[in-house]
Amino acid sequence: MSALLPLKPRAMRDTLLEATYEAMLRDSGIFFVTADFGSPVIDKIRTDCSARFVNVGIAEQNLINVSAGLALEGFKVFAYAIAPFITMRCYEQIRVNLSLLSEVRPINVNLIGVGAGYSYVVSGPTHQCYEDLTVMRALPNMRIFSPADQVVAAALPALCLDSNGPKYLRLDAQVLPVLYEISPALDSGFHVHRKGDKICLIATGYMVHTALKVADKLAASGLSVGVVDLFDLCSFSEDKLQSMLASYQGVVTMEEGFRGRGGMDAMMFDYIARRGINVRMFNIGVEGGYRFELGERSVLHEKVGIGVESVTGSVERFERTFSASSPPDLKNRGQKVIA
Amino acid sequence: MNQLDESLYARLSEKARWVWEETLRIHRRSPETRVASSLSPIEIFVVLYYGGFLRQDSGNPRWAGRDRCIISKGHGSLCMYPILADLGYFPMEELEKVCQEGSFLGGIPDPVIPGYETVNGSLGHGAGVSSGMALALKRLEKDQAVYVVTGDGELHEGSNWEAFMFAAQHRLDNLTVIVDNNQISMLGPTDEIVSHRDLRNKFEAFGWAARDVPDGHSVTAIGEALLECRHDRSGKPKVVIVNTRKGNRVPGLENAPLSHVTAIKSDLVDQLLGDSA
Repeated sequence: MSALLPLKPRAMRDTLLEATYEAMLRDSGIFFVTADFGSPVIDKIRTDCSARFVNVGIAEQNLINVSAGLALEGFKVFAYAIAPFITMRCYEQIRVNLSLLSEVRPINVNLIGVGAGYSYVVSGPTHQCYEDLTVMRALPNMRIFSPADQVVAAALPALCLDSNGPKYLRLDAQVLPVLYEISPALDSGFHVHRKGDKICLIATGYMVHTALKVADKLAASGLSVGVVDLFDLCSFSEDKLQSMLASYQGVVTMEEGFRGRGGMDAMMFDYIARRGINVRMFNIGVEGGYRFELGERSVLHEKVGIGVESVTGSVERFERTFSASSPPDLKNRGQKVIA
Repeated sequence: MNQLDESLYARLSEKARWVWEETLRIHRRSPETRVASSLSPIEIFVVLYYGGFLRQDSGNPRWAGRDRCIISKGHGSLCMYPILADLGYFPMEELEKVCQEGSFLGGIPDPVIPGYETVNGSLGHGAGVSSGMALALKRLEKDQAVYVVTGDGELHEGSNWEAFMFAAQHRLDNLTVIVDNNQISMLGPTDEIVSHRDLRNKFEAFGWAARDVPDGHSVTAIGEALLECRHDRSGKPKVVIVNTRKGNRVPGLENAPLSHVTAIKSDLVDQLLGDSA
């Protein structure tokens, strides 16, 4: 990671909504729908674009259905709510009226979910979100974007407005460090932050920040690992990623979601198997089930195996398996979880 | 137009009879279709599609100037197949292929069928999607109307009531919901499963202009109620609760509590139609 850039760190939802607001000022074909979830930028939207702003109340099923109806009449729609509620509370509506209906009718509905992973730290597991990547990637026609910082988040509305279909934008709720001075090209779906020797860390969302810290720690002990920000989980350039991986022997996926339950790890397994890419994989994700402890996000992350220390240890063990020519020691995976 | 003339009502009645017969013929060829819940809304659809309430262009089903009809109780709309074919949305020969390989006419209709707007197989979606459409049409200052046909059993889905509150809040008076109130769900009378109690009062409490049609198989009564809705300028969304009979006019099926997936024996269809094939 380069030194922090001079942009003032902001919540990614604020930069994304700011870009949406500016687009709404220019384009009368954009509608914004919220399920009683706000922000200071949304106050501007509802003041300056009041005819194209609607609050459906705490009613996520209706949020999706109304958005679908608006889209069927030609509006490009942004729908906004807390991440677990805009994905799982109304999954049937998303399946039927966005994913399924978009097979036969052009609709442009963009679901903005705030609160990826543990980002609502003190709110507990109802408001935290570890399953959304799994359930949303199960839907045909659904594109998933998982930015790691405010700059990529700000670039997403333009991309969404330019392409039809339903999309899910998974946003962190916290203010995170700035990773990009300007937005990387979005068409490849990923950005290489660092090149390494044998192992490449492919991370999404908040875990990109963790990956960069892990890479720093490993570099200090003489191990050079690559770091990739995968922000487009459904339509990244498979060719470009394969070329990038050609020099690696191992891939470590990193997501702030349950490990082994069909999220980014399963997506990468499918991709690597389908393309016949000759790398070994190791997956970092939330170990175990729902937890109720309170604490700093970094502390909670260590408890479930996705903190900087936990991941560093996992990557070191994974790296040693290459010289030993044996599979990763899975028994050690949960070591930090028990602690 | 303040009222429909007598000759039109006579033609609508005749058309409803023909649709009833064609629906039974389709069911005889494809007994896996849900026929009982498709016999209750026949007059509703006939009045909507032949009574001058829907501006449509069968040669251009997505014509922007059309009035929207969302068939939320999709499973119970087998009777729409002969109507759409008769109006020219697709050839009549397609009715011979319902539920067969290669046909686009399935046991539950999908929006691949010309004339169907949305996905209809899963219940409780029509009110919300149509509310979004009605809001969009308002914002775009278009005069197209949005009609939704739903079942009373379907109203158990809570998503409907989210939509009903929303539509009233935003004064979507371009939206009319028609409840095919046959009062029987899959496992018995709706009233004994989870009662709607007084459905009209419930809608009125939600801010809707509600009307009842006691005889839901009278094209005249349905037509008069829909005309009243058309001229209603109260600023409220409108609902017409049409009391119908599930399995209408089929002995053994009509108002039978467990008729939902009951097939009619082909010899009974022969007898009802007065033909043998």
